[in-house]
Amino acid sequence: MSVVLDFERPAAEIRTKLDAIEKQYAANPTPELDAQRIDLRRDFANRTQAIYRALSPWQTVQVARHPLRPQTMDYAIGMCTDFVEFHGDRVFGDDRAIVGGPARIDGRPVMLVGQHRGRETRERVERNFGSPHPEGYRKAHRLFELAEKFGMPVVTLMDTPGASPGLGDEERGQGWALAANLATLATLRVPVVCVVIGEGNSGGALAIGVGDRFLMLEHSIFSVASPEAAASIVWKDAKFAPQAADALKLTAPDLLRLNLIDRIISEPVGGAHADPSAMIATLRSTVAGEISRLETIPTERLVSDRYEKYRRLGSWFEMAPPAKPAGSV
Amino acid sequence: MRNLFRRALPKVAGDAGQEAVPDLWVRCGRCREMLYAREWAEASKVCPKCGFHARLTISDRVALLLDANSWQELDPDLRPTDPLGFAPAGRPSYAEKLATESLDSGQSEAAAYGRGTLDGLPVSLAILDMGYFAGTLGSVVGEKIARAFELGIAERRAVIVVSASGGARQQEGVVALIQMAKTAAAVQALGAARLPFISILTDPTLGGVTASFATLGDCIIAEPGAVIGFAGPRIIEQTTGEKLPPGAQTAEFQLRHGMVDQVVARRDQKAIIARLIRLFSHATQPAQDPTASASTPHGEPRVVATAGVQ
Repeated sequence: MSVVLDFERPAAEIRTKLDAIEKQYAANPTPELDAQRIDLRRDFANRTQAIYRALSPWQTVQVARHPLRPQTMDYAIGMCTDFVEFHGDRVFGDDRAIVGGPARIDGRPVMLVGQHRGRETRERVERNFGSPHPEGYRKAHRLFELAEKFGMPVVTLMDTPGASPGLGDEERGQGWALAANLATLATLRVPVVCVVIGEGNSGGALAIGVGDRFLMLEHSIFSVASPEAAASIVWKDAKFAPQAADALKLTAPDLLRLNLIDRIISEPVGGAHADPSAMIATLRSTVAGEISRLETIPTERLVSDRYEKYRRLGSWFEMAPPAKPAGSV
Repeated sequence: MRNLFRRALPKVAGDAGQEAVPDLWVRCGRCREMLYAREWAEASKVCPKCGFHARLTISDRVALLLDANSWQELDPDLRPTDPLGFAPAGRPSYAEKLATESLDSGQSEAAAYGRGTLDGLPVSLAILDMGYFAGTLGSVVGEKIARAFELGIAERRAVIVVSASGGARQQEGVVALIQMAKTAAAVQALGAARLPFISILTDPTLGGVTASFATLGDCIIAEPGAVIGFAGPRIIEQTTGEKLPPGAQTAEFQLRHGMVDQVVARRDQKAIIARLIRLFSHATQPAQDPTASASTPHGEPRVVATAGVQ
């Protein structure tokens, strides 16, 4: 399967020429063909790099949603060993949009939890396109508590258009499930490393995305709502999603500049989908390093630092004259 | 002061769930009955004919729940900033919207918090108000909610939050989203101090508010008829094509599905809350949790907080 995004086309055209020359060269290795293919390779790399260095927010959304981009199960298999997938919330069912279970990263046991969107149509439908139902969040909740019980760091991978908004989800308490996860993660007594690997939208992403470290892949997005949903709120029309993407400051560089995330993880040239195994290796070493550092922090301080980290976030000012400090009578 | 900026009464009608007919009469937003305005106000804006609970302002709520003259609002001067520089193409910018909202509502934000007594019991009370920016959760609302919980911890007060909100404020983007985590953490800190949190869900409670502090109450009380849910009815119908059955996402629906403890009419709320606080107040010893003492100093003037956001 090959998927070329609109703005990738100039590079893809070079790629097509290059492939043809490579084929000719294989059959007839002349010095002229060799020189041509070396030029084309360089052109392709330069063009790809230029395109990816200048992605607009809406183009970044396309990359974050790229069907060939590595997803949670790819990381579970590629960056972990001994992954055992756990199913079910023990109350209602098993949600396929959230996967998780214990595994090892660099030999160390961790609890891995992430959203998985799926690739082929059937799998995507089965996984509700990565939009978890309440039972998915409750499964995640169960895994967070297991991690605490066995002293395992938690690693979460966010990749969701948002929590599922259906009548059944409402009947089973979607808002309640999300809130419970926020509260539990806020005080969990093991290190929590959160990574946006694709699309991290709304409370549906945040409900597995509260932790000591919050990382984003270079071309992932993190937003209060999907650009389509924000557009239908602000413009009353979802087709203004590209404009919403511009306004929302949802790219990793924007969010780092606003101090809302901790770190950006570089992607291979041309995005994670251009070289999934390199991306998976990068994430493995990054996460392993983060966990090593967090494990040196005493639990009490880990939890109070996490509280302070979230407590500080916000942007307001206070009109003079100030009120009396709220802590005194 | 506030009332100077209020729109002429009839304009508020649709929003507030009732229609004002000049001076003496009010028309119920549900049964359309003409009601004598003073009686209606004395009944906390509940229709005596059909029981419809019209939306309340912050001062209406204070009068409903707290003992007379006990309310002391804290940090009323917190004001929103525009952390993203939100300027959507072809639509009013956040800065413009903030100015309009203040003019239309006469308010400076969508929440107030403070201390007071309820049937003699010391409480920390926070109230969200649909009248300003649809009660949306942004930095100021998130900060006031967090401070309400920290006030509870510092002064050993039960915390009551009355929610009414359309959800997270899109115009503050991720800054608004993270208020969900911040307020949920504050609820946990109160719990670690073993103080009760009574959450009152009123019409409407939706989105990021439902998905954070509002549904984390030790007891969740809903007002009759209130729309309560995560995704709003419009979003559900647009996204899934499902047509919602009548009565979906009401307080009564949530009671039936096990999501709220009680649906309580306005006139009974104060007594129930007082009873609950007294029932819960046996656990008076502060717990050992580090987050319980994690309150930040506040009240001093400052521009906060995401560095680089100024």
